[in-house]
Amino acid sequence: MSQTNGQTGGQTAVHHGRTLDLKLCIWRQPGPRAEGRMVEYDLPGVSEDMSFLEMLDLLNERLIAKEQEPVAFEHDCREGICGSCGMMINGQAHGPQLGTATCQLHMRKFNSGDVIEIEPWRAAAFPIVRDLVVNRSALDRIVEAGGYISVTAGAAPEANIIPVPKPVADAAFDAAACIGCGACVAACPNGAAQLFTAAKVAHLNLLPQGQAERFSRTEAMVERMEEFFGSCTFHGECEAACPKRISLENIVLMNGDYVRAKFKNRRLAGRR
Amino acid sequence: MQQDQSSAPLRRVQPARRRWPWPLDLYQSAVGKKWAMAVTGVMLLGFVFFHMLGNLKVYLGPAQINHYGEWLRDIAVPALPRTVFLWLLRCGLIAAFAVHMHAAYALTRMNHRARPTKYASERDYVAANFASRTMRWTGIIVILFLFFHLADLTWGSLNPHFVRGNVYHNMAYSFSRVPVAAIYIVANLALAVHIFHGAWSLFASLGVSNPKLVAFRRRFAVGFASIILLGNISFPIAVQAHIIEDHGSTPYHAPTEQGR
Ligand code: SF4
Repeated sequence: MSQTNGQTGGQTAVHHGRTLDLKLCIWRQPGPRAEGRMVEYDLPGVSEDMSFLEMLDLLNERLIAKEQEPVAFEHDCREGICGSCGMMINGQAHGPQLGTATCQLHMRKFNSGDVIEIEPWRAAAFPIVRDLVVNRSALDRIVEAGGYISVTAGAAPEANIIPVPKPVADAAFDAAACIGCGACVAACPNGAAQLFTAAKVAHLNLLPQGQAERFSRTEAMVERMEEFFGSCTFHGECEAACPKRISLENIVLMNGDYVRAKFKNRRLAGRR
Repeated sequence: MQQDQSSAPLRRVQPARRRWPWPLDLYQSAVGKKWAMAVTGVMLLGFVFFHMLGNLKVYLGPAQINHYGEWLRDIAVPALPRTVFLWLLRCGLIAAFAVHMHAAYALTRMNHRARPTKYASERDYVAANFASRTMRWTGIIVILFLFFHLADLTWGSLNPHFVRGNVYHNMAYSFSRVPVAAIYIVANLALAVHIFHGAWSLFASLGVSNPKLVAFRRRFAVGFASIILLGNISFPIAVQAHIIEDHGSTPYHAPTEQGR
Protein backbone atom coordinates (compact mmCIF):
# COMPACT_ATOMS: atom_id res chain seq x y z
CA MET A 1 0.00 0.00 0.00
CA SER A 2 2.68 2.49 -0.95
CA GLN A 3 0.50 4.86 -2.90
CA THR A 4 1.60 8.43 -3.33
CA ASN A 5 -1.19 10.95 -3.30
CA GLY A 6 -3.48 10.57 -6.25
CA GLN A 7 -0.77 9.05 -8.48
CA THR A 8 -2.42 5.70 -8.99
CA GLY A 9 -6.02 6.71 -9.43
CA GLY A 10 -8.56 4.06 -10.30
CA GLN A 11 -6.77 1.33 -8.44
CA THR A 12 -8.87 0.02 -5.60
CA ALA A 13 -7.06 -1.67 -2.81
CA VAL A 14 -7.96 -5.32 -2.55
CA HIS A 15 -8.68 -5.66 1.09
CA HIS A 16 -8.30 -8.97 2.79
CA GLY A 17 -9.97 -8.19 6.08
CA ARG A 18 -9.02 -9.78 9.31
CA THR A 19 -11.31 -12.32 10.77
CA LEU A 20 -12.11 -12.25 14.44
CA ASP A 21 -12.77 -15.02 16.88
CA LEU A 22 -15.21 -13.70 19.41
CA LYS A 23 -16.83 -14.76 22.60
CA LEU A 24 -20.35 -13.37 22.94
CA CYS A 25 -22.29 -13.04 26.15
CA ILE A 26 -25.93 -12.46 25.29
CA TRP A 27 -29.04 -11.95 27.38
CA ARG A 28 -31.45 -14.78 26.57
CA GLN A 29 -35.01 -14.50 27.78
CA PRO A 30 -37.69 -16.63 26.07
CA GLY A 31 -40.60 -14.32 26.90
CA PRO A 32 -41.78 -11.27 28.86
CA ARG A 33 -42.49 -13.15 32.05
CA ALA A 34 -39.73 -15.74 31.74
CA GLU A 35 -36.46 -15.69 33.63
CA GLY A 36 -33.54 -14.42 31.61
CA ARG A 37 -29.81 -15.03 31.85
CA MET A 38 -26.55 -14.26 30.11
CA VAL A 39 -25.51 -17.08 27.76
CA GLU A 40 -22.04 -17.48 26.27
CA TYR A 41 -21.40 -18.27 22.62
CA ASP A 42 -18.14 -18.82 20.77
CA LEU A 43 -18.23 -17.20 17.37
CA PRO A 44 -15.08 -17.79 15.32
CA GLY A 45 -14.46 -16.49 11.82
CA VAL A 46 -16.23 -13.11 11.94
CA SER A 47 -15.13 -10.82 9.11
CA GLU A 48 -14.11 -7.40 10.31
CA ASP A 49 -16.13 -5.92 7.45
CA MET A 50 -19.37 -7.21 8.93
CA SER A 51 -21.68 -4.85 10.68
CA PHE A 52 -22.61 -5.71 14.24
CA LEU A 53 -26.02 -6.94 13.09
CA GLU A 54 -24.47 -9.11 10.37
CA MET A 55 -22.32 -10.64 13.06
CA LEU A 56 -25.51 -11.49 14.98
CA ASP A 57 -27.02 -12.86 11.72
CA LEU A 58 -24.00 -15.13 11.44
CA LEU A 59 -24.48 -16.32 14.99
CA ASN A 60 -28.16 -16.99 14.32
CA GLU A 61 -27.42 -18.95 11.13
CA ARG A 62 -25.08 -21.18 13.07
CA LEU A 63 -27.58 -21.54 15.93
CA ILE A 64 -30.31 -22.50 13.46
CA ALA A 65 -27.98 -25.02 11.82
CA LYS A 66 -27.52 -26.55 15.24
CA GLU A 67 -31.31 -26.46 15.69
CA GLN A 68 -31.08 -23.97 18.52
CA GLU A 69 -33.28 -20.95 19.07
CA PRO A 70 -31.81 -17.87 17.31
CA VAL A 71 -31.26 -14.66 19.26
CA ALA A 72 -34.20 -12.29 18.82
CA PHE A 73 -33.14 -8.72 18.07
CA GLU A 74 -34.93 -5.83 16.45
CA HIS A 75 -33.68 -4.44 13.14
CA ASP A 76 -35.11 -2.82 10.09
CA CYS A 77 -33.39 -0.27 7.86
CA ARG A 78 -29.81 -1.16 8.84
CA GLU A 79 -28.69 2.32 7.85
CA GLY A 80 -29.16 4.21 11.08
CA ILE A 81 -32.50 5.87 10.46
CA CYS A 82 -35.21 3.55 11.73
CA GLY A 83 -34.19 3.40 15.36
CA SER A 84 -35.06 -0.24 15.97
CA CYS A 85 -31.68 -1.93 16.43
CA GLY A 86 -30.73 -0.66 19.86
CA MET A 87 -28.84 -2.89 22.25
CA MET A 88 -26.39 -2.47 25.07
CA ILE A 89 -22.93 -3.54 23.91
CA ASN A 90 -20.29 -3.89 26.62
CA GLY A 91 -22.18 -1.47 28.81
CA GLN A 92 -22.59 1.18 26.13
CA ALA A 93 -25.80 1.88 24.28
CA HIS A 94 -25.26 1.20 20.55
CA GLY A 95 -21.69 0.14 21.36
CA PRO A 96 -18.40 1.96 21.68
CA GLN A 97 -18.69 4.15 18.57
CA LEU A 98 -20.22 7.55 19.32
CA GLY A 99 -22.94 9.03 17.15
CA THR A 100 -24.02 5.82 15.41
CA ALA A 101 -26.69 3.17 15.83
CA THR A 102 -25.83 -0.50 16.36
CA CYS A 103 -26.30 -1.24 12.64
CA GLN A 104 -23.61 1.30 11.77
CA LEU A 105 -21.09 -0.27 14.11
CA HIS A 106 -18.62 -2.54 12.35
CA MET A 107 -16.66 -5.46 13.66
CA ARG A 108 -13.39 -3.74 12.82
CA LYS A 109 -13.96 -1.83 16.03
CA PHE A 110 -13.29 -5.08 17.90
CA ASN A 111 -10.33 -7.41 18.24
CA SER A 112 -10.01 -11.15 17.99
CA GLY A 113 -10.42 -12.73 21.39
CA ASP A 114 -12.74 -9.97 22.65
CA VAL A 115 -15.62 -10.86 24.92
CA ILE A 116 -18.68 -8.87 23.86
CA GLU A 117 -21.54 -8.55 26.30
CA ILE A 118 -24.90 -7.81 24.68
CA GLU A 119 -27.97 -6.88 26.69
CA PRO A 120 -31.36 -5.40 25.96
CA TRP A 121 -32.23 -1.83 27.00
CA ARG A 122 -33.07 -1.84 30.66
CA ALA A 123 -35.74 0.46 32.07
CA ALA A 124 -39.02 -0.14 33.83
CA ALA A 125 -40.74 1.49 30.85
CA PHE A 126 -39.11 -0.91 28.36
CA PRO A 127 -40.34 -4.40 29.30
CA ILE A 128 -38.42 -7.16 27.57
CA VAL A 129 -40.41 -8.94 24.88
CA ARG A 130 -37.79 -11.55 24.11
CA ASP A 131 -33.97 -11.71 24.27
CA LEU A 132 -32.78 -8.29 23.06
CA VAL A 133 -36.19 -7.01 21.97
CA VAL A 134 -37.95 -4.54 24.26
CA ASN A 135 -41.33 -2.85 24.03
CA ARG A 136 -40.53 0.80 23.36
CA SER A 137 -44.12 1.93 22.93
CA ALA A 138 -43.90 4.13 26.05
CA LEU A 139 -42.10 6.52 23.70
CA ASP A 140 -45.15 6.47 21.40
CA ARG A 141 -47.37 7.29 24.36
CA ILE A 142 -45.32 10.47 24.85
CA VAL A 143 -45.65 11.49 21.21
CA GLU A 144 -49.40 10.82 21.33
CA ALA A 145 -49.69 13.33 24.16
CA GLY A 146 -48.61 16.26 21.99
CA GLY A 147 -45.87 15.49 19.49
CA TYR A 148 -47.78 16.92 16.55
CA ILE A 149 -49.23 20.14 15.24
CA SER A 150 -52.93 20.45 14.55
CA VAL A 151 -53.65 21.90 11.12
CA THR A 152 -56.70 22.11 8.99
CA ALA A 153 -55.95 19.68 6.22
CA GLY A 154 -56.50 21.45 2.93
CA ALA A 155 -54.45 22.30 -0.08
CA ALA A 156 -50.73 22.44 0.69
CA PRO A 157 -49.79 26.04 1.55
CA GLU A 158 -47.06 27.86 -0.32
CA ALA A 159 -43.85 26.53 1.26
CA ASN A 160 -42.13 29.83 1.92
CA ILE A 161 -45.11 31.71 3.28
CA ILE A 162 -43.81 31.46 6.85
CA PRO A 163 -40.26 32.76 7.10
CA VAL A 164 -38.03 30.55 9.24
CA PRO A 165 -34.57 31.96 10.00
CA LYS A 166 -31.70 29.62 9.16
CA PRO A 167 -30.46 29.10 12.76
CA VAL A 168 -34.04 28.24 13.78
CA ALA A 169 -34.42 25.74 10.95
CA ASP A 170 -31.05 24.19 11.80
CA ALA A 171 -31.91 23.82 15.48
CA ALA A 172 -35.30 22.31 14.67
CA PHE A 173 -33.80 19.90 12.14
CA ASP A 174 -31.14 18.80 14.62
CA ALA A 175 -33.86 17.98 17.14
CA ALA A 176 -36.00 16.29 14.50
CA ALA A 177 -33.16 13.87 13.74
CA CYS A 178 -34.23 11.76 16.74
CA ILE A 179 -35.08 8.24 15.55
CA GLY A 180 -36.78 7.12 18.73
CA CYS A 181 -34.33 4.32 19.41
CA GLY A 182 -34.47 4.63 23.19
CA ALA A 183 -30.70 4.62 23.71
CA CYS A 184 -31.03 7.77 25.81
CA VAL A 185 -33.31 5.93 28.24
CA ALA A 186 -31.10 2.85 28.21
CA ALA A 187 -27.95 4.85 28.93
CA CYS A 188 -29.51 7.03 31.61
CA PRO A 189 -28.73 5.86 35.15
CA ASN A 190 -32.18 7.19 36.10
CA GLY A 191 -34.10 5.57 33.25
CA ALA A 192 -35.24 9.01 32.10
CA ALA A 193 -36.60 9.75 28.63
CA GLN A 194 -35.79 13.43 28.80
CA LEU A 195 -33.62 13.57 25.69
CA PHE A 196 -36.19 11.80 23.51
CA THR A 197 -39.07 13.91 24.80
CA ALA A 198 -37.04 17.10 24.57
CA ALA A 199 -36.14 16.33 20.95
CA LYS A 200 -39.80 15.71 20.09
CA VAL A 201 -40.87 18.86 21.93
CA ALA A 202 -38.09 21.03 20.53
CA HIS A 203 -38.48 20.26 16.84
CA LEU A 204 -42.02 21.64 17.06
CA ASN A 205 -41.60 24.30 19.75
CA LEU A 206 -38.74 25.92 17.86
CA LEU A 207 -40.71 26.50 14.68
CA PRO A 208 -43.40 29.11 14.00
CA GLN A 209 -45.86 26.34 13.09
CA GLY A 210 -45.44 24.81 16.54
CA GLN A 211 -46.18 27.94 18.54
CA ALA A 212 -49.96 27.56 18.77
CA GLU A 213 -49.70 24.41 20.88
CA ARG A 214 -46.31 25.14 22.43
CA PHE A 215 -47.32 25.22 26.08
CA SER A 216 -50.10 22.66 26.05
CA ARG A 217 -47.81 20.31 24.13
CA THR A 218 -44.91 20.70 26.52
CA GLU A 219 -47.10 20.23 29.57
CA ALA A 220 -48.85 17.15 28.20
CA MET A 221 -45.72 15.46 26.87
CA VAL A 222 -43.66 16.03 30.01
CA GLU A 223 -46.44 14.74 32.24
CA ARG A 224 -47.00 11.68 30.06
CA MET A 225 -43.24 11.05 30.09
CA GLU A 226 -43.16 11.13 33.87
CA GLU A 227 -45.79 8.41 34.10
CA PHE A 228 -43.29 5.95 32.65
CA PHE A 229 -39.77 7.25 33.07
CA GLY A 230 -37.34 8.58 35.66
CA SER A 231 -36.16 12.15 36.11
CA CYS A 232 -33.23 13.96 34.59
CA THR A 233 -30.16 14.76 36.69
CA PHE A 234 -28.00 15.97 33.79
CA HIS A 235 -25.42 13.23 33.79
CA GLY A 236 -25.23 13.68 30.03
CA GLU A 237 -25.07 9.94 29.31
CA CYS A 238 -28.03 10.21 26.92
CA GLU A 239 -26.28 12.75 24.74
CA ALA A 240 -23.19 10.54 24.57
CA ALA A 241 -25.25 7.46 23.69
CA CYS A 242 -27.52 9.12 21.13
CA PRO A 243 -26.84 7.89 17.59
CA LYS A 244 -28.17 11.20 16.27
CA ARG A 245 -26.19 13.39 18.64
CA ILE A 246 -29.31 15.09 19.99
CA SER A 247 -28.07 17.90 22.22
CA LEU A 248 -28.73 18.19 25.96
CA GLU A 249 -29.68 21.81 25.25
CA ASN A 250 -33.05 20.53 24.05
CA ILE A 251 -33.72 19.36 27.61
CA VAL A 252 -32.89 22.81 28.92
CA LEU A 253 -35.33 24.27 26.42
CA MET A 254 -38.07 21.82 27.39
CA ASN A 255 -37.59 22.48 31.12
CA GLY A 256 -37.94 26.20 30.52
CA ASP A 257 -41.08 25.75 28.42
CA TYR A 258 -42.62 23.38 30.97
CA VAL A 259 -42.21 25.79 33.87
CA ARG A 260 -43.45 28.63 31.67
CA ALA A 261 -46.45 26.53 30.64
CA LYS A 262 -47.52 26.50 34.28
CA PHE A 263 -47.53 30.29 34.55
CA LYS A 264 -48.36 31.52 31.06
CA ASN A 265 -51.67 33.21 30.38
CA ARG A 266 -52.48 31.16 27.32
CA ARG A 267 -55.16 33.56 26.16
CA LEU A 268 -52.39 35.97 25.36
CA ALA A 269 -50.31 33.42 23.49
CA GLY A 270 -51.30 34.89 20.14
CA ARG A 271 -49.63 38.21 20.93
CA ARG A 272 -46.01 38.84 20.21
CA MET B 1 -54.73 6.45 25.01
CA GLN B 2 -54.20 3.48 22.76
CA GLN B 3 -54.46 -0.06 24.01
CA ASP B 4 -51.10 -1.71 24.37
CA GLN B 5 -51.11 -4.77 22.14
CA SER B 6 -47.64 -5.95 23.07
CA SER B 7 -47.05 -9.23 24.81
CA ALA B 8 -44.88 -7.27 27.23
CA PRO B 9 -47.36 -4.68 28.50
CA LEU B 10 -46.28 -1.28 29.78
CA ARG B 11 -46.23 -0.47 33.43
CA ARG B 12 -46.44 3.00 34.89
CA VAL B 13 -43.79 3.95 37.40
CA GLN B 14 -45.83 6.88 38.66
CA PRO B 15 -49.16 6.09 40.22
CA ALA B 16 -52.00 8.31 38.99
CA ARG B 17 -52.45 11.12 41.50
CA ARG B 18 -54.96 13.85 42.04
CA ARG B 19 -53.71 17.15 40.71
CA TRP B 20 -52.76 19.69 43.33
CA PRO B 21 -54.05 23.25 42.97
CA TRP B 22 -52.00 25.71 40.96
CA PRO B 23 -49.12 26.56 41.41
CA LEU B 24 -48.31 23.54 43.60
CA ASP B 25 -49.00 21.23 40.67
CA LEU B 26 -45.65 22.35 39.28
CA TYR B 27 -43.97 20.65 42.23
CA GLN B 28 -45.89 17.44 41.52
CA SER B 29 -43.93 16.95 38.34
CA ALA B 30 -40.32 15.85 38.27
CA VAL B 31 -39.36 18.79 36.06
CA GLY B 32 -41.01 21.07 38.61
CA LYS B 33 -39.14 19.38 41.45
CA LYS B 34 -35.88 19.96 39.61
CA TRP B 35 -36.89 23.59 39.19
CA ALA B 36 -37.57 23.83 42.92
CA MET B 37 -34.20 22.21 43.59
CA ALA B 38 -32.53 24.77 41.37
CA VAL B 39 -34.28 27.72 43.02
CA THR B 40 -33.51 26.47 46.53
CA GLY B 41 -30.03 25.56 45.29
CA VAL B 42 -29.47 29.18 44.29
CA MET B 43 -30.60 30.29 47.75
CA LEU B 44 -28.24 27.83 49.41
CA LEU B 45 -25.38 28.82 47.11
CA GLY B 46 -25.99 32.43 48.10
CA PHE B 47 -25.86 31.47 51.77
CA VAL B 48 -22.70 29.39 51.38
CA PHE B 49 -21.01 32.24 49.51
CA PHE B 50 -21.83 34.99 52.00
CA HIS B 51 -21.09 32.69 54.93
CA MET B 52 -17.62 32.11 53.52
CA LEU B 53 -17.16 35.79 52.70
CA GLY B 54 -18.16 36.91 56.20
CA ASN B 55 -15.88 34.38 57.83
CA LEU B 56 -12.90 35.78 55.93
CA LYS B 57 -13.08 38.58 58.50
CA VAL B 58 -11.36 36.20 60.88
CA TYR B 59 -8.15 37.20 59.10
CA LEU B 60 -8.68 40.80 60.27
CA GLY B 61 -8.53 39.75 63.89
CA PRO B 62 -10.90 38.93 66.77
CA ALA B 63 -12.40 42.41 67.09
CA GLN B 64 -13.49 42.45 63.45
CA ILE B 65 -15.07 39.00 63.21
CA ASN B 66 -16.77 39.25 66.59
CA HIS B 67 -18.20 42.63 65.63
CA TYR B 68 -19.42 41.12 62.36
CA GLY B 69 -21.10 38.32 64.31
CA GLU B 70 -22.94 40.87 66.44
CA TRP B 71 -23.91 42.88 63.40
CA LEU B 72 -25.65 39.83 61.91
CA ARG B 73 -27.99 39.93 64.89
CA ASP B 74 -28.45 43.66 64.55
CA ILE B 75 -29.45 43.77 60.87
CA ALA B 76 -32.63 45.78 60.29
CA VAL B 77 -32.60 47.12 63.86
CA PRO B 78 -34.47 49.32 64.78
CA ALA B 79 -37.09 48.54 62.12
CA LEU B 80 -37.22 45.03 63.58
CA PRO B 81 -36.22 43.84 67.04
CA ARG B 82 -32.73 42.41 67.41
CA THR B 83 -32.13 38.97 65.75
CA VAL B 84 -35.54 38.99 64.02
CA PHE B 85 -34.09 39.58 60.59
CA LEU B 86 -31.46 36.92 61.22
CA TRP B 87 -34.23 34.50 62.12
CA LEU B 88 -36.13 35.36 58.97
CA LEU B 89 -33.02 34.48 56.98
CA ARG B 90 -32.61 31.28 58.95
CA CYS B 91 -36.23 30.28 58.35
CA GLY B 92 -35.74 30.87 54.64
CA LEU B 93 -32.68 28.64 54.70
CA ILE B 94 -34.41 25.90 56.65
CA ALA B 95 -37.28 25.97 54.16
CA ALA B 96 -34.83 25.85 51.26
CA PHE B 97 -33.05 22.87 52.80
CA ALA B 98 -36.36 21.10 53.39
CA VAL B 99 -37.59 21.56 49.83
CA HIS B 100 -34.20 20.69 48.34
CA MET B 101 -33.97 17.47 50.32
CA HIS B 102 -37.57 16.44 49.84
CA ALA B 103 -37.30 16.88 46.08
CA ALA B 104 -34.03 14.94 46.03
CA TYR B 105 -35.60 12.12 48.01
CA ALA B 106 -38.73 11.95 45.86
CA LEU B 107 -36.79 12.05 42.60
CA THR B 108 -34.36 9.38 43.80
CA ARG B 109 -37.27 7.08 44.57
CA MET B 110 -38.81 7.79 41.20
CA ASN B 111 -35.52 7.03 39.45
CA HIS B 112 -35.09 3.77 41.28
CA ARG B 113 -38.54 2.72 40.19
CA ALA B 114 -37.74 3.72 36.61
CA ARG B 115 -34.51 1.70 36.48
CA PRO B 116 -35.10 -1.32 38.70
CA THR B 117 -32.75 -3.74 36.92
CA LYS B 118 -29.06 -3.08 36.60
CA TYR B 119 -27.03 -4.07 33.57
CA ALA B 120 -25.08 -7.28 33.92
CA SER B 121 -22.05 -5.81 32.20
CA GLU B 122 -19.91 -3.09 33.72
CA ARG B 123 -21.42 0.27 32.73
CA ASP B 124 -18.98 2.29 30.70
CA TYR B 125 -19.94 5.86 31.58
CA VAL B 126 -18.98 8.35 28.92
CA ALA B 127 -20.33 11.67 30.14
CA ALA B 128 -21.50 11.19 33.73
CA ASN B 129 -18.77 12.40 36.05
CA PHE B 130 -17.87 11.69 39.63
CA ALA B 131 -19.77 14.75 40.84
CA SER B 132 -23.01 13.98 39.01
CA ARG B 133 -23.01 10.36 40.13
CA THR B 134 -22.35 11.12 43.80
CA MET B 135 -24.81 13.98 44.33
CA ARG B 136 -26.90 12.10 46.84
CA TRP B 137 -23.86 10.97 48.82
CA THR B 138 -22.17 14.36 48.86
CA GLY B 139 -25.55 15.85 49.76
CA ILE B 140 -25.93 13.50 52.72
CA ILE B 141 -22.37 14.24 53.87
CA VAL B 142 -23.11 17.97 53.71
CA ILE B 143 -26.31 17.73 55.76
CA LEU B 144 -24.68 15.54 58.41
CA PHE B 145 -21.76 17.95 58.53
CA LEU B 146 -24.18 20.84 58.87
CA PHE B 147 -25.54 19.45 62.13
CA PHE B 148 -22.03 18.80 63.40
CA HIS B 149 -21.04 22.34 62.44
CA LEU B 150 -24.06 23.87 64.23
CA ALA B 151 -23.36 21.82 67.35
CA ASP B 152 -19.73 22.83 67.20
CA LEU B 153 -19.86 26.56 66.48
CA THR B 154 -23.46 27.75 66.89
CA TRP B 155 -24.89 25.82 69.83
CA GLY B 156 -21.48 25.00 71.27
CA SER B 157 -22.54 21.60 72.54
CA LEU B 158 -19.60 19.85 70.86
CA ASN B 159 -17.14 22.54 71.82
CA PRO B 160 -16.05 22.35 75.51
CA HIS B 161 -14.45 25.80 75.39
CA PHE B 162 -17.39 27.50 73.69
CA VAL B 163 -17.83 31.19 74.53
CA ARG B 164 -21.02 32.72 73.19
CA GLY B 165 -20.29 35.70 70.98
CA ASN B 166 -16.55 35.07 70.75
CA VAL B 167 -16.47 33.74 67.20
CA TYR B 168 -12.71 34.07 66.93
CA HIS B 169 -11.99 32.09 70.06
CA ASN B 170 -14.50 29.35 69.20
CA MET B 171 -13.13 28.92 65.71
CA ALA B 172 -9.50 28.94 66.85
CA TYR B 173 -10.19 26.40 69.56
CA SER B 174 -12.36 24.14 67.42
CA PHE B 175 -9.99 23.93 64.47
CA SER B 176 -6.98 23.39 66.71
CA ARG B 177 -8.29 19.85 67.24
CA VAL B 178 -6.82 17.84 64.36
CA PRO B 179 -9.79 15.46 63.85
CA VAL B 180 -12.20 18.41 63.77
CA ALA B 181 -10.05 20.26 61.25
CA ALA B 182 -10.00 17.08 59.16
CA ILE B 183 -13.79 16.77 59.31
CA TYR B 184 -14.16 20.36 58.10
CA ILE B 185 -11.78 19.80 55.22
CA VAL B 186 -13.39 16.52 54.09
CA ALA B 187 -16.90 17.94 54.38
CA ASN B 188 -15.91 20.98 52.36
CA LEU B 189 -14.49 18.75 49.64
CA ALA B 190 -17.87 16.98 49.49
CA LEU B 191 -19.59 20.37 49.43
CA ALA B 192 -17.39 21.54 46.54
CA VAL B 193 -18.12 18.40 44.52
CA HIS B 194 -21.85 18.88 45.20
CA ILE B 195 -21.67 22.53 44.17
CA PHE B 196 -19.71 21.67 41.04
CA HIS B 197 -22.59 19.64 39.61
CA GLY B 198 -25.31 21.76 41.19
CA ALA B 199 -24.04 25.12 40.00
CA TRP B 200 -23.81 23.71 36.48
CA SER B 201 -27.07 21.83 36.28
CA LEU B 202 -29.18 24.55 37.90
CA PHE B 203 -29.08 26.43 34.61
CA ALA B 204 -30.59 23.41 32.89
CA SER B 205 -33.28 22.99 35.56
CA LEU B 206 -34.20 26.64 35.30
CA GLY B 207 -34.34 26.39 31.51
CA VAL B 208 -31.62 28.94 30.80
CA SER B 209 -30.90 27.78 27.28
CA ASN B 210 -29.08 30.64 25.62
CA PRO B 211 -26.21 29.04 23.61
CA LYS B 212 -24.04 32.01 24.58
CA LEU B 213 -24.12 30.74 28.16
CA VAL B 214 -23.05 27.17 27.42
CA ALA B 215 -19.36 27.76 28.07
CA PHE B 216 -20.09 30.14 30.94
CA ARG B 217 -22.07 27.54 32.89
CA ARG B 218 -19.09 25.21 33.27
CA ARG B 219 -16.73 28.05 34.14
CA PHE B 220 -19.20 29.37 36.68
CA ALA B 221 -19.55 25.95 38.33
CA VAL B 222 -15.79 25.38 38.49
CA GLY B 223 -15.12 28.92 39.70
CA PHE B 224 -17.86 28.94 42.31
CA ALA B 225 -16.97 25.52 43.70
CA SER B 226 -13.28 26.40 43.92
CA ILE B 227 -13.86 29.77 45.59
CA ILE B 228 -16.06 28.16 48.24
CA LEU B 229 -13.63 25.30 48.73
CA LEU B 230 -10.53 27.49 49.03
CA GLY B 231 -12.19 30.01 51.31
CA ASN B 232 -13.70 27.45 53.64
CA ILE B 233 -10.77 25.08 54.02
CA SER B 234 -8.44 28.01 54.58
CA PHE B 235 -9.86 28.42 58.11
CA PRO B 236 -8.94 25.02 59.57
CA ILE B 237 -5.65 25.12 57.68
CA ALA B 238 -4.83 28.59 59.01
CA VAL B 239 -5.53 27.47 62.55
CA GLN B 240 -3.47 24.32 62.15
CA ALA B 241 -0.66 26.39 60.64
CA HIS B 242 -0.85 28.80 63.64
CA ILE B 243 -1.74 31.71 61.36
CA ILE B 244 -4.90 32.13 63.43
CA GLU B 245 -4.19 31.88 67.15
CA ASP B 246 -6.28 33.04 70.06
CA HIS B 247 -4.50 35.17 72.63
CA GLY B 248 -7.29 36.09 75.00
CA SER B 249 -9.89 37.52 72.62
CA THR B 250 -13.17 38.75 74.05
CA PRO B 251 -16.68 38.95 72.62
CA TYR B 252 -17.57 42.21 70.92
CA HIS B 253 -18.87 44.87 73.26
CA ALA B 254 -21.00 47.63 71.88
CA PRO B 255 -19.66 51.10 72.60
CA THR B 256 -21.35 52.58 75.67
CA GLU B 257 -23.91 55.32 75.33
CA GLN B 258 -21.38 57.92 76.37
CA GLY B 259 -18.90 56.75 73.80
CA ARG B 260 -21.32 57.35 70.93
S1 SF4 C 1 -32.82 11.23 21.52
FE1 SF4 C 1 -31.23 10.03 20.49
S2 SF4 C 1 -30.95 8.24 21.82
FE2 SF4 C 1 -32.92 9.17 22.40
S3 SF4 C 1 -34.46 8.10 21.18
FE3 SF4 C 1 -33.85 9.93 20.01
S4 SF4 C 1 -32.21 9.20 18.65
FE4 SF4 C 1 -32.44 7.63 20.25
